[in-house]
Amino acid sequence: MSKTPLQFRHNGRDVAIFVDGGTNLLVALRELIGDMTPKFGCGQGGCGTCSVLVDGELHLSCLTLAETVAGRSVETLDSLKQGPNLHPLQRAFADNFAAQCGYCTPGMLMAAKALLDRNPQPSRAEIVEAISGNICRCTGYEPIINAILAASGGRASA
Amino acid sequence: MSVTVKTFTSSSEAAAALSSDRSARYLGGGTLVMRALNEGDISISTVVRANDQALSRIDASGPRITLGAGVTFARILAERDLAFLHAPARSIGGPAVRNMGTVGGNLFAPSPYGDFTVALLALDATVAVQGGFGARDIPIEEFLQSRERQAGTLVLSVSCTRPASADAFRYRKVARIKPKGGSVITLAAHLPISGGRIAGARIALGSMAPTQIRARAAERALEGRSLDAPSIAAAASAASEGTSPSDNALGSAWYRREIVGVHLRRLLSGQE
Repeated sequence: MSKTPLQFRHNGRDVAIFVDGGTNLLVALRELIGDMTPKFGCGQGGCGTCSVLVDGELHLSCLTLAETVAGRSVETLDSLKQGPNLHPLQRAFADNFAAQCGYCTPGMLMAAKALLDRNPQPSRAEIVEAISGNICRCTGYEPIINAILAASGGRASA
Repeated sequence: MSVTVKTFTSSSEAAAALSSDRSARYLGGGTLVMRALNEGDISISTVVRANDQALSRIDASGPRITLGAGVTFARILAERDLAFLHAPARSIGGPAVRNMGTVGGNLFAPSPYGDFTVALLALDATVAVQGGFGARDIPIEEFLQSRERQAGTLVLSVSCTRPASADAFRYRKVARIKPKGGSVITLAAHLPISGGRIAGARIALGSMAPTQIRARAAERALEGRSLDAPSIAAAASAASEGTSPSDNALGSAWYRREIVGVHLRRLLSGQE
């Protein structure tokens, strides 16, 4: 089976790879580019841990055919780091105990970033809606909601 | 497993490729076909795509609205003129699924999915498809009844008439997880009122049969009557007639039959 050339922007950097037909974006990112920040959870669109931004829009990388991002911009959790410093969202997650096992965290952070990029001061209800496609089996969600509220300047309730 | 991906610039070329290959599937937003590929569905050997702008067009200016098959639920939610479709669009997935999932794909989503199609069925939508034989319009009910045989045709768009008032169209999805989750049952009702009486009632149900179906007995109970407590009670008691729900992790067939009337009564009487 022949491979298809694919070029896109990955966290602000141009990348060029060859993909097999039917390869999803998550596999392309992890196995061909080496960006291990998006995680494989269910492969069905149910868990959200593979969430990335495609041209600023939240997408599930496991359900995205890799070649559909040709010429587009893909941002993963790896794009949040600011040199040695954590992104304010990452800082807020750490301060609010929003990560336990951590497996959902990459998707939660990208869903939160997608929300704050277009709505810098969301209400609690808007945050709940924004992370409704992301499953967390540890925290019970409250610390995550509080972390996003804190990162957006809202007051995290106890 | 590697598949062949064929990308076309026009929907007619994509339709031709789709109709000539039984193992080809059309890839829209990816939430159904990529999921099947991830699960190792070997019945798919070719994926067909089209970058045709017409497939993502929204025409919502007049009394009859048309949604291209590739229109996502996020775009419907961003369109003020489509407010009557916001409740069904919002009831689907999380934000990422709404950024990807499309109107055309939802027509093929098996139970417990396909909530948007329940709304379209109540609104008596028309599905425009292109097959090897050319383009034609199919009433959505007929489309759903022959859905298994529609795999070789390409859906181009769906269109429906805008409800006369906000009250004339109602939608309710019962899920175990809020605000997201697969449907236990999904209900939509279009109740045009003429001279104080219901004329042309259409009630559609999701997860009550292998495909979305109309609750015809409940429609008959409402037709020609005013929407009041006796007619609502009659419709609610007839709601499960003709349904054939199945058991799944979200609910049993018995449970679905038990609650469909309760939720229809709440929908018709405007209760939360």
